[in-house]
Amino acid sequence: MDFTLNPADQAFQEEVRTFIRAHLPADIARRGRQGYHPRRDDVQRWTRILNEQGWAAPAWPAEYGGTGWSPLRRYLFQVEFHAAGCPVPDQSGFELVGPVLYSFANAAQKARYLPAIRNADEFWCQGFSEPNAGSDLASLKTRAVRDGDHYVVNGQKTWTSEAHKADMMFALVRTDPEARPQAGISFLLIDMKSPGLTVRPIYTINEGHSVNEIFLDDVRVPAENLVGEENKGWSYAKVLLNNERAMSAETAHTRHDLDLLKEIADGGADREPLFVAKMARLEIDLMALEYAVLRVLHMDAGDPALNSVASVLKIRGAELRQRVADLAVEALGDHGLAVYPDIEGQDNMDVLAPVPPAPELAAGVLSKSMFRRATTIYGGTNEIQRTIIAKSVLGL
Amino acid sequence: MDFSLTPEQQALQDSVRRFCEREYGFEQRRHLLGSPEGFARANWATFAELGWLGAGLAEEAGGYGGGPVETMIILEQMARALVLEPFLSCAVVAVQAILAQATPEQRDVLIPAIVAGEMLAALAIGPETAAIRMSDGYVLNGRANFILGGPSADLLLVSARNGAGISLFQIDPASPGLTRHDYHAVDGRRVSDIVLESVRVGPDALLGKEGTAAPAIALAEDHAAIGLCAEAVGAMDTALWLTRDYIKTRRQFGQTLNTFQALQHRMADMLIETELARSMLYRGVAALAETDPAARRKGVSAAKVQIGEAGYFVGGQAIQLHGAIGLTEEYSVGHYFKRLTLVRGLFGTTDVHLARFAALRGAAP
Repeated sequence: MDFTLNPADQAFQEEVRTFIRAHLPADIARRGRQGYHPRRDDVQRWTRILNEQGWAAPAWPAEYGGTGWSPLRRYLFQVEFHAAGCPVPDQSGFELVGPVLYSFANAAQKARYLPAIRNADEFWCQGFSEPNAGSDLASLKTRAVRDGDHYVVNGQKTWTSEAHKADMMFALVRTDPEARPQAGISFLLIDMKSPGLTVRPIYTINEGHSVNEIFLDDVRVPAENLVGEENKGWSYAKVLLNNERAMSAETAHTRHDLDLLKEIADGGADREPLFVAKMARLEIDLMALEYAVLRVLHMDAGDPALNSVASVLKIRGAELRQRVADLAVEALGDHGLAVYPDIEGQDNMDVLAPVPPAPELAAGVLSKSMFRRATTIYGGTNEIQRTIIAKSVLGL
Repeated sequence: MDFSLTPEQQALQDSVRRFCEREYGFEQRRHLLGSPEGFARANWATFAELGWLGAGLAEEAGGYGGGPVETMIILEQMARALVLEPFLSCAVVAVQAILAQATPEQRDVLIPAIVAGEMLAALAIGPETAAIRMSDGYVLNGRANFILGGPSADLLLVSARNGAGISLFQIDPASPGLTRHDYHAVDGRRVSDIVLESVRVGPDALLGKEGTAAPAIALAEDHAAIGLCAEAVGAMDTALWLTRDYIKTRRQFGQTLNTFQALQHRMADMLIETELARSMLYRGVAALAETDPAARRKGVSAAKVQIGEAGYFVGGQAIQLHGAIGLTEEYSVGHYFKRLTLVRGLFGTTDVHLARFAALRGAAP
């Protein structure tokens, strides 16, 4: 056992830090200290800077433009990335559909889509959930029927993050209604500009717009947009859902939020001892989770202990993201209870609320805390995660 | 970074596990609990023979080239069987205090005797104990409480203060003026309170320089806290899987308990706490190597808070899921809870460490 970071990895971390400091535009960095969803143009500008450096898709295999970094270095990159408040590149593209495409798509599809993701030329959204298929995703009903060299798609998707900013959607659609639920699903790539496709905003309690519902009404999708084989879509999606489990704890992101919380609370100076204790306890829980992440990053895929450690990451990561956001609201006192609209944002509700007088760091804190309720719901609720632990780790 | 055991570390772990399987069944342990010393001298001789008493020490310190990782491995395995021998108090805490404070000459006498299993030592910290300097040595007055491993100690390392600061003295427990009151801690291990009334010691009883022992005591206490954390992880993990096996066989309402989702989710929470405690244990062991005392203390306190509470939760829920049988002396799960109760409270409660962590906000995490 050796718990020290070797000099080469330390130097790598320093290199990343220096690069970000030199290249992250100041206006984007400033907005990164606020809790709002990043703007599309900020994400695009920053992703292109990273792509120029060859760092846009660290997790992808080198032949598709990845960096070839070790899992530890990818983590260190994340740490520096979030510490600086960088806007996260299109997650649906980089983390979700990208890995499915380079793993299962044909050569033409890879060439068509992967470079466009890397350079933020195209943004993606994930068409999985439906009104009656949430945690029980395999019960989805959106239907795709083959008609010549097209599929005709009818149905409804919902809770679709960033669909209003997306150029493409990857969707799970039912192609065989007779088969058992998981066996009749296909993985289809749908142009968001297709006739018959309508995006409607869903305003969430953070008074912002990031999720949507999507209506598909006789949408014609070229058959060449099918990924892999028909009716095998579920198996591709499962690979995707297991992808990057170590990163699912989002500890780097939470560490950044905690840094901002400490800044709001002036490190705890002149605060009630009980508040200081709560903040200390949060940091301690984060320290434990950070080391759990490091353990996972250093385990071989075949390690029998891997499943056990990795299973805790999503649950605890999601809970910690909420707790840090909630304590930041508390730290602001009355300012934490005021609606502070995202005046530079692009996703506001129709009418912007008046801006209350508040300290600079108050912007977005309440909004973030409200939206963080989602972390224990998306990607498999924490209750689903606990059932998975009980069955797959504990064998109950 | 590397979170896997080296072949030597794996061999050490296997060796301790085999010993526990052979010598530390529930009934064997029960017998030891009722014996006069509360542990077996024969086991201690085995520890020495197998090299465990020096496994966590560098060669230049008189050990076999290991460090805190080896100590962690031994303590975790021993806690799985709730071993009663005073390994933590003697081979970890007392040894670390000696290494940090004694002169090289003193060290070369004390460490080999401990590593060979010929001497048992215990650290006796008494904040109010006073040392008066005399022409021929010192006179000590005061007290020290809850000395883990105190009843069997051949040598007590007693802290005492005077105008020069805090010093550490090596004292024979049979010294005139020293009274010892022995009793049982919650987990069955033996502890002592001592009272010192005009205990006279020679100048050679002073370890190292007068008034300079505070950093050494702080270091030994940090090793103690992380040692307890290692014990907690071994005890938690064992209690977790014991409970899991139990609810898979216990039937009520015509089905085994593991089919109830409320219990499944509780067990998932226990597993989460156990995995995070193990992760934090590694971070705590890493902190022991920090050269900046503030960074070390911060890392140790973080570990003690997180693991102390996690252990208490897992131990308590292990009893809860067993139902009434979990409360009986004849069943093992309650004994794990007792050990985890000791871990949470000893060498700094959760609140003490939380406050210390918060106060060290400037130090590296």
